[in-house]
Formats: sequence, structure tokens, C-alpha cells
Amino acid sequence: MKNHFKTTWTHIRRSPYQAAAAVTIMVLTFFIASIFILIAAGSQQILHYFETRPQVTAFFKDETTMDQVENLQAKLVASGKVESTKYVSKEEALSIYREQNKDDPLLLEMVTANILPASLEVSAKDISHLGGVAEILRGEPEVEEVIFQEEVVEALRSWTSNIRKIGGGLVIFLGLVSFLIILVIIGMRVAARRKEIKILQLIGATSWYIRTPFVFEGIFYGAVGAFLAWGATYLLLLYATPLLVSFLAGIPLLPVPILFMLGLLGGEILVGVLIGTIGSLIAVKRYLR
Amino acid sequence: MIKFKNVSKRYGEVAALDKASFKISSGEFLFITGPSGSGKTTIIRLILREIFPSSGKIEVDGIDLSQLPTKKVPDLRRKIGVVFQDFKLLPDQTVFENVALALKVLGKDEAEIEKEVGNVLKLVDLADRADFFPAQLAGGELQRTCLARAVVSKPKIVLADEPTGNLDIASGWQITKLLKEINKLGKTVVIATHNFEIVDSLKARVIELDKGKVISDKEKGKYKVK
Repeated sequence: MKNHFKTTWTHIRRSPYQAAAAVTIMVLTFFIASIFILIAAGSQQILHYFETRPQVTAFFKDETTMDQVENLQAKLVASGKVESTKYVSKEEALSIYREQNKDDPLLLEMVTANILPASLEVSAKDISHLGGVAEILRGEPEVEEVIFQEEVVEALRSWTSNIRKIGGGLVIFLGLVSFLIILVIIGMRVAARRKEIKILQLIGATSWYIRTPFVFEGIFYGAVGAFLAWGATYLLLLYATPLLVSFLAGIPLLPVPILFMLGLLGGEILVGVLIGTIGSLIAVKRYLR
Repeated sequence: MIKFKNVSKRYGEVAALDKASFKISSGEFLFITGPSGSGKTTIIRLILREIFPSSGKIEVDGIDLSQLPTKKVPDLRRKIGVVFQDFKLLPDQTVFENVALALKVLGKDEAEIEKEVGNVLKLVDLADRADFFPAQLAGGELQRTCLARAVVSKPKIVLADEPTGNLDIASGWQITKLLKEINKLGKTVVIATHNFEIVDSLKARVIELDKGKVISDKEKGKYKVK
């Protein structure tokens, strides 16, 4: 085994440009795969967040009294579609706004409780009740605007599905390119060492003895490519996390759990090793005929 | 040890070997002689199962080569050490590494390789050239390296295909003497050559070929076709 590792390393060292080409294409494939996996997992998480929070928010006109709000709350509860309601006064809205934008003093300037509307956050018993609850709220004269997440959820579902399709297609295409690159590079290696292989065959080397260093080389390209791509993705993610946290205000998505990232690393190395193994095995079989 | 029964090898209309039959016993030392193109190398390649006969039967160490599955061919070749006319050494490996290759393919450990290669390099008088690369060696030294690789794994049979073909007279004799010494260790040694001086002086068994046919097979023979 030690001999095979030594031979593999010698092969790689003697043609560094071919090795660099193989690793680069692997890095590109796995980098794009990692980005799409993170986006797909993130959008799935956001979708789940909205689906498990079937809320409708009604914003009141400034002149609305507490009596009107309480009447509306009673009406909603009586409809049987509502789990709970929560009144958010202008002052509470201001403190929420301040909390969400505490790092951006520019956004805090000039904003007072009077500018922000009071609102009623209504949690429906099920996401399918959101439309009915929104209709009740829209029928009330003191309600200025109603927003609810059914449209958001639908849009997210559509986005998540498209991301999966486009990302999956792109990753399959790049995976195929990587596979072909491995096939060509290992094939070139075998062709260049045809004389050495012939000598090995004549002195009694088994097919596996001859194949193993080439297969290890394919595995090396796959595993190193996957690891470097994962590292680059993780660094990018860590760099972008503060920006994304403020963008995804309130949605508990970031930071990405380390276990998830380790799982991603394991999966990508496994796929890299598979591409490298299968590619090099086919190349060796093809050229050793 | 080696049996050829009516073995022919044809390349289209050309017969490289024509109904050749002979037996080589275990521990024998013999020459296969004949001019270029007479079929000497074809016999070596058939024994190694590099090529298949067009007809006839070949047995090596009790194995019918026509029945030998491809995956068992390495097992057959491990019983045979080969000395090639063109040496077939790896240019990017030292003398030690080239010889060690025959043990590495058998999966021997480092300590055993170190010991066995050291011994065989002493036998062929190349101990002081162990770290040299093939490009740094003279013809005789290259052939002795090739011989060391052929015998280091202690095969039952040693085949030498024109081992003196690329060497001067003195180096040719040195190689032949080494092959004779190896034979004394109990190995079957088969030398394909058209070097009549060596054949005639050693007075060993000679199988003589001409145009693919065995034209004589004599104990203590001589090389007639000159």
C-alpha cells in the first residue's frame, strides 16, 4: 500500500499541470455544488419558517381605538380559524424597529412611534385558513392594510423548486465534465507509462497492482477538489454571514450549524472519491486493453 | 517443466513457429538457436503467454497455457524470470529500484526487499552500482541489472532472450557464466541466442530452429546455422 501511495505521488509530482487541471475542475464543480446546496437548504429552511408560522398582520388606521381592536379580536376568535392574536401598539412597533436596526443609526433617525402603525398579529390554526382570516380583516373599516404569508410561501416554494432544478442540472453537468477530465488525464497517464506497465505485466504484476496507483490518483483529485471547494465555500459563508443575518432579520437561519457543514464536507468528499474512482477505473480499463 | 506439442504460430501467411515439439526438464540448461526470424523470441513469448499459439499445446510447470485464465497469467509469470535483449529497465528508477520491482509486485516487505536485492546485486557484481540510474550504466551492467531482476524473486525458470545481443564479447561471457551459475542453483535456464561462440563452447543442449521449424535437438549440441 505504501508503495502505491509513493507511486501515486510520483505520478502527480511529475505532471503538475495535469494534476492542477484535474483539481481545478473538481474545485469548480464542488464549489458550485456547495453554493447551490446551501441556497437550497437555506430556502427550504425559510419556507419551513413561514409554513410553521401561519400569520396575518393587520395594520390599523391611526384613529383606531382599543375598543375597536378588542371587538375585532373577539370576532376573529369566534370565527374558529384563529389560534391567537397579539396587539402591537405604536410604541411596541417602534421598539421592535429599533431592535432590528440597532446597528444602523441612520435608519433610527427621524423615526418616531407616530410614523409606525399599530397592528394585530393573527396566528391562524392552519396555513389554509390564512385567506379566510385576511378576508375578515380586510372587511373591517379600521384596518388600513393586511399582509399575510400565503403569497410569500407560494413564491418561496416556487423559488426553492427552481433552485433545486437549476442547481441540480448544473451540478450534474459539471460532475460529468469532471468525470470526463479525470478519464482523459488518467488515460494520458496510462498512455505515457505504457512501457512501464508492459514491464510490470511481464514480471508478474497483477492488474490491480498496475491499476491501484492510477485509481489512487483519481481519488486524490476528487477528494482534494471536494475539500478545497468546501473550504472556499465555508470561508465565503463566514464572510457573508453578518450581511445575511441582517437581510434575513428574524429568520433563524444563520450561522449555519457546524454539523451541517461537516455533513456537506463528508458528502462532497464521498462524491469526489466516487467520481475519481470510477473515472480512473474506466480510463485504466480502456487504456490497458 | 516446459512442453511444446506441435505448436504453430502464424501471422497471416507467415509461420513464426511451425509444429514445434520439445520438452525441457526441470533444472535443465539449454540454448535455443537460429538466425533472426527463426522463431526463438516467439517461443519465449509463447511461454510467457504474451501471445497465443495458432495451434498445438504448451505446458509450463504442469499448466496447460490454453486453459489458463487471464487473471492467473501473473501467477505463471512469477514462476519465470526473463532477461531481455533490450533490458526493459525503467529509466527513472535506480538499479536497486529496478531489481526491487520484481519483489514489490509480489508484495514483499521492505526489509526482505532490502536483503534479497542486496544479495542478488552482489551475485551479479553490481552492489556498488545500486544507486545508479540505467543511463549511467554500461551495456554489460544494464544486462546484469536485468538478470538480477529476473532471478531476485527466485523463479523456477529463467528465460534469456538474446542476452548477449547488445553486449561486447567479454560482457556476453560474463552474463552467460552468471546464467550457468544460476542453473547450478537448480533453476531451469533457457537461452535464446544466435551467438555461436557461446553456444559451441558451453556444450549444452541445443534446440536449433530455422524458419520456425525445429531442425535439431541435441544434448551437447553445436550451432550449425551460421
